[in-house]
Amino acid sequence: MQRRTFLKGSLASGTVAVAVSAGLLTPGAVMAAWPKTAFEAEDMQKAMSDLFGSAQTTPSDDISIKAPDIAENGAVVPVSVETGIGGVEEIAIIAEKNGTPLAANFKLADNAKGYVSTRIKMAKTSNVIAVVKAGGKAYSARKEVKVTIGGCGG
Amino acid sequence: MAKSIRARATLKGDTVTVKALITHTMETGLRKDEKTGKKIPAHFIQEVTCAHNGKEVVLAQWGPAVSKNPYLSYQFTGGKSGDDVSISWVDNKGEKDSLTTKIK
Repeated sequence: MQRRTFLKGSLASGTVAVAVSAGLLTPGAVMAAWPKTAFEAEDMQKAMSDLFGSAQTTPSDDISIKAPDIAENGAVVPVSVETGIGGVEEIAIIAEKNGTPLAANFKLADNAKGYVSTRIKMAKTSNVIAVVKAGGKAYSARKEVKVTIGGCGG
Repeated sequence: MAKSIRARATLKGDTVTVKALITHTMETGLRKDEKTGKKIPAHFIQEVTCAHNGKEVVLAQWGPAVSKNPYLSYQFTGGKSGDDVSISWVDNKGEKDSLTTKIK
């Protein structure tokens, strides 16, 4: 996000407040909560420490990443993450060699299962890393995806 | 309006599976316009709030690396047939949309 538009956004906060009271936006969806620094971080370690407070993760066999071995089109790489770890709070999907590695983060409520699925863009062949935060600890798993045509730039 | 979201929630056993497709350009801000050579400004969904009967179940925070016309799927327990499942998104320009559907 550009600084200019951000400033404009804060000036327009009155409008946002109206939207909140009208029930159009839940407070959780207000833009300020979006972890900007983590999404703008250019290396994975920084993205993880911005997001979870630490880049330390414990490798876990209890996380499975479903993604193609070879992605013909890097613009659309389906990624599913499933974990049997109890008390999952967050699941982050990271493409290690993207310009900004953090692709998505999902905050899960107590009744949500440890499963998310989406599609991401990958610039080149790299590991896809799933970080699962549960009980205050971070666990991770990785899977290599070979990309034949990059999905960023054009 | 809710024209940008298509979603389906299905109950199987005790688990509700929600699958959603959102129509959005998800522009990264890195691409250039082929004619003018100017950068196309970033325009992407930042947050998607997924709720069950008004209670938040999943909050997805996205960067521009989520694919164009994003797909999202998640699962939760405690839902019954006929319950409301709602999905709403907001992007970096403050545009937003939401949709409420029923569990089948």
